[in-house]
Amino acid sequence: MTQPLPMAGAAANVNLAGLVKNDYRGNPSTLCQGCGHNSISNQIISVMYEMNIVPENVIKFSGIGCSSKSPTYFLNRSFGFNSLHGRMPSIATGALFGDHTLKGIGVSGDGDTASIGMGQFKHVVRRNLNMVYIVENNGVYGLTKGQFSATAEKGLSLKKQGFNQYMPVDICMEALASNATFVARSFAGNPKQVKELLKAAMAHNGIAVLDIISPCVTFNNQDNAYHSYAWGKDHEEPLHDITYIAPRNEIILEEEMKEGEIREVSLHDGSIIILKNLDKDYNPTDRFEAIRVLAEAQANDWLATGLIYIQTDKPSLTDTYNLVNTPLNRLEEADLRPAPDMIDKINALMF
Amino acid sequence: MDKVVNDFSIIVGTKNGSGSSTANNTILRAIFKMGIPVSGKNLFPSNIQGLPTWYTIRANKDGFTARREEQEIVIAMNPDSFARDLASVAVGGAFYYSDDIRQPITRADIAVYPMPVKQIVRSDPSIPSDFRDLVGNMVYVGVLAQMIGLDLEKIYAALSFHFKGKQKPIDMNLNTVKAGAEWAKANLEKKDPFYLESMNKTDGLIMADGNTAAAIGSIFGGVQFTAWYPITPASSLAEALNDYLPSLRKREDGKNTYAVIQAEDELAAIGMAIGAGWSGLRSMTSTSGPGLSLMTEFAGLAYYAEIPIVVWDVQRIGPSTGLPTRTSQGDLTFVNAIGHGDTQAVILLPGSVNECFEFGLRAFDVAEQLQTPVFVLSDLDMGMNQWMSKPFQYPDTAMQRGKVLWDKDIEELKGNWARYLDKDGDGIAYRTFPGNRHPMSSYFTRGTGHDENARYTEDSAMWVKNMDRLKKKYETARKYVPAPILYTKPEATVGIIGFGSTEAAILEAVHQLETEHGIKAEFLRVRAIPFTQEVTDFVNKYDQVFVVEQNRDGQLNQILTVAYPEKAVSFKSVAFGDGMPASAKWVREGILAKYAASAKLNGGTSAAAKARSTTGKSRSVKAAKK
Repeated sequence: MTQPLPMAGAAANVNLAGLVKNDYRGNPSTLCQGCGHNSISNQIISVMYEMNIVPENVIKFSGIGCSSKSPTYFLNRSFGFNSLHGRMPSIATGALFGDHTLKGIGVSGDGDTASIGMGQFKHVVRRNLNMVYIVENNGVYGLTKGQFSATAEKGLSLKKQGFNQYMPVDICMEALASNATFVARSFAGNPKQVKELLKAAMAHNGIAVLDIISPCVTFNNQDNAYHSYAWGKDHEEPLHDITYIAPRNEIILEEEMKEGEIREVSLHDGSIIILKNLDKDYNPTDRFEAIRVLAEAQANDWLATGLIYIQTDKPSLTDTYNLVNTPLNRLEEADLRPAPDMIDKINALMF
Repeated sequence: MDKVVNDFSIIVGTKNGSGSSTANNTILRAIFKMGIPVSGKNLFPSNIQGLPTWYTIRANKDGFTARREEQEIVIAMNPDSFARDLASVAVGGAFYYSDDIRQPITRADIAVYPMPVKQIVRSDPSIPSDFRDLVGNMVYVGVLAQMIGLDLEKIYAALSFHFKGKQKPIDMNLNTVKAGAEWAKANLEKKDPFYLESMNKTDGLIMADGNTAAAIGSIFGGVQFTAWYPITPASSLAEALNDYLPSLRKREDGKNTYAVIQAEDELAAIGMAIGAGWSGLRSMTSTSGPGLSLMTEFAGLAYYAEIPIVVWDVQRIGPSTGLPTRTSQGDLTFVNAIGHGDTQAVILLPGSVNECFEFGLRAFDVAEQLQTPVFVLSDLDMGMNQWMSKPFQYPDTAMQRGKVLWDKDIEELKGNWARYLDKDGDGIAYRTFPGNRHPMSSYFTRGTGHDENARYTEDSAMWVKNMDRLKKKYETARKYVPAPILYTKPEATVGIIGFGSTEAAILEAVHQLETEHGIKAEFLRVRAIPFTQEVTDFVNKYDQVFVVEQNRDGQLNQILTVAYPEKAVSFKSVAFGDGMPASAKWVREGILAKYAASAKLNGGTSAAAKARSTTGKSRSVKAAKK
C-alpha cells in the first residue's frame, strides 16, 4: 500500500484520510454542458473528500442512461460497475456481499428506476442494502433523445412525444411504501442541500434513497415543467435546513418538535445531522407524516425537499446475514471447503 | 409358469397430493437395499392436489434402469386413471387396485388383485382418522411385499430413513405394511410370475437426486453466494443448499461464510449472482428454461464483462411455459449462444447424479479460471428423481481460483496492470476485486465497449481486438472443461453421441442393438461444450454417428454439424421430446430407423465395412482428470 498518511504540517488541502480532492475526481464528463447530473457528481466528490472517506472503501454502481454514465465522472479510485438498464440494484446486492465493509453508492435515473427498474428498486429498498441510491430525476429519456419517463408529470408536452396523459411516479413515495429507512429529495440547483443530504445518506447504515430533481437542459427544460430549473427554483419547498457535522457523541432524537426547533438525528456511525424544521408538525422519523407531506406536496404542486424520512435502528442487508468478520472475498479454501470426513457423513445420508 | 426374477417394472397410479410418495419411495429404497439395481421416476402433473400422477419403478438384475414403456405390475389407487391404468398392464402382468374403486375389470390376460385398503386402515385403531388416507398407501406396499417378495426388514430401514428415525410414524406405517402383507398372505393367490430376490449389486452405492447432489457438490466447491427464484424443476437445488450449508459450513463462532438470497425474479437472481462473482465470490444461480430466458440479457453482460458465475439449468420441456413437470434436453442451442451479439457459452453436461456432484464443485473452477459464466445443464429426470449412484468423492485437487491480483500483487507490479490485457496469450486477463485497498487496484466494469484498461471506447480496432481475445479464451476453455466418457466397443461400426440423463437408456439400447440386431455401436457421452479433442477423434472415426437427444430439433446434432462441417453427412439425428424420461426402446428404434435409411444410401454395407477397417482398437473408458 502506498497511500500517504497525514503528516504534521501537511498542506491544508489534505483531509484526514491523507488525500487531496483530486484523489476523488473522475474522468471529464461527457454529459451535456449545464446538466444537473454534473453538479451532483461534483457534490459527491466534495462530500467524499470532506467526510475523509477512502475511495477504495466505496463501490460505485449504475444502470443505463445519462445518469448512469456519471459514476465515471467521480471517484476514479473506487471500483465501479455500470450494469444493465434497471438492474443496478441486483448487481449492487451481490457485489456488496463480496466485502461487507464496503459502502455502495449507486446513481440511477428516473427511467432506470421508475420504469424498467421499478421492481428491482423496490426490492433493494425493502432489503435495506447498505447503499446510497441516487436518482438523478429529470422526467425524460435523454440518451434516446427525449421520450417521457414515468416521473414526467401529467399534461406535460414534449416535442415529438406530444401530451403525457399518465400520472407520474413519485420515487420518494415508492421508497416509503417499500419500507425505506432513508428517503430524501433535493434539487440539483441547490448544491448546499444536495451536499448535506449526501453526507447524511453516506452516514446512514442501510438504503438511502435520494431523489434529486436534475433538469435535462436539452430535452425537458420548459419553464412550466416539474423538472426544469425555473420550476424548481419557484416551487422548492424545503422541509428544513440541514447541516452535517463531524462525528461526535450520539444525540438521541426527541419525540416531539416545536415550531422552529432544531432537531438532531443520530446516524449509525455516531455522526449526526441537524435538521432545522420549518414545518411545526414535521417529524422525519414519522412514516405517516412523511407520506402525508408527499401527498400534500403532490396536491399543491410543491417540490418538497429535505430529509423526508429516516429510521436508524434497522440492520442493513449484510448485517442480517451474520457474516464472518473477514470479507467473504478474502476467505480461502480452508474456510470454504468442508473437511474430508464430511464426505462420508454426507454419503451416509444418501439412502 | 417360469418365475421372472428382478426384471420388471412397477407403476403406481395415484392422485397428486395424496401422500403416495412416501409409499413409493419406500418400495424403491427397499428394492435398492435388497441389492437389486433399481430406478424410480415420478411422472407428475403441474398441480398441487387432485390430478392423476404416476410413479414408475424399474428393477433390473443387469443394471439397466432406464424407464421402460411397458409395465408388468400396475397398482391403481385413483378412480380417475383406473381404466387407463388397467389398459397399461403388459400381457401376463399383475394388476393391484384399491377395492373401493368400483369399475369394470375388462381384461382376462392379466392377474388381478383387489386390495381392501380402506378396511385394513380402519381396522387399526392406532391410526388417527385424518391419517387414514396417507397411511392407506402403505397397504399396497404391504400387499406388494407379500406378493413379490419385498423384504420387510428393508422396508423398515426405508421407513426409518424417511422418518429420520422417529419411532411413532415408523411404527404406524410399518404396522399398515404388515397388515397389508398379512391380508395378502391369507387372501390372495399368486397368479403372476414376478418376484424379487436379494442380490449384492447395489453394494457401496448411494441413492440421491441430481439437485441435491448438485447442491452438495457446490458446497464442497466452496459456494459463497447463491441467488435464485423458485421454478420447477430447479427449486429443490437451492433448497438443498439451504438444507446442507448450515451443517457443512458450520463454524465455531457461529458466523456464516455464505449467503443465499431468494430474489424477486430471475433477472435479479442472476444479477445478484453476477455482482457477487464480480466481487470475487464463488457465485451461482439455479433455474429452468423460462427463468433462463429472463436471465439472457445478464448472461450476455457476464460474457462480455468476463464475470465468473455458475448457472444451473435444470431443463424442463418448452417452449414457453411448456410442460413444467416434464423433462427435456431442449435448452442446448439456446444456451450455446445465449445473449445477443457474438457470444459463446461454456456448457457442462452432467450425465449422472454423481456428475451433478462433481460438476457442482468443478464448475466454479472452470468459471473462475475462464472468468466467464458456466452453464450446467441438468434436467428434471436427473434433478428430481432418485438415482443409484457411486458415492460422492472428496475433490482431489485444490480450488482453482484463476488469475486474481490482490493488494500485494498490485504493489509488486507497481500498479502496472490492465483488466483486459492478454498478458499470458491465452485470452484470459487478470482481475481484481472490490475490497482490494491498493489505490491502483480498481477498474470500472461495463457492458459497453472497453479498452484493455476497462475504459469506455468506441474505437473499432479495439472492439475487434477484444472480441478476438474472447474467442481465443473460448479456445482455451477446451483445456478446462471435462472430456467426454467413451464406452468402448471393439469392432464397432457406428458411433452414438449423447449427453446427460439419457445415458442409461442409450447404454441399454447399445446392448439391444448388439444382441438383438447385430449392430455394434460405440457410445460417446459428451460432457461439455466447447468440444475437446476426444470428441473430434470420435466423430472422425465413424461414417455413421447417431446423435441421441431429448428435443424436437436435434440440438446437439446442430452444434456438432457446425463444429464439424466436413462430417455433417455422417451425423444422424435421433431426437424426440415428449417430456418422458428416455427409454431404450425409443433410442433403439430411432437408431434403427435411421440406420436402415443410411444403409440403403451407402449400398448396404460400405459404411459398416469402412468403419470396421479403421476402428479395431479397444479403448478404455476415459474420464477427465482436469
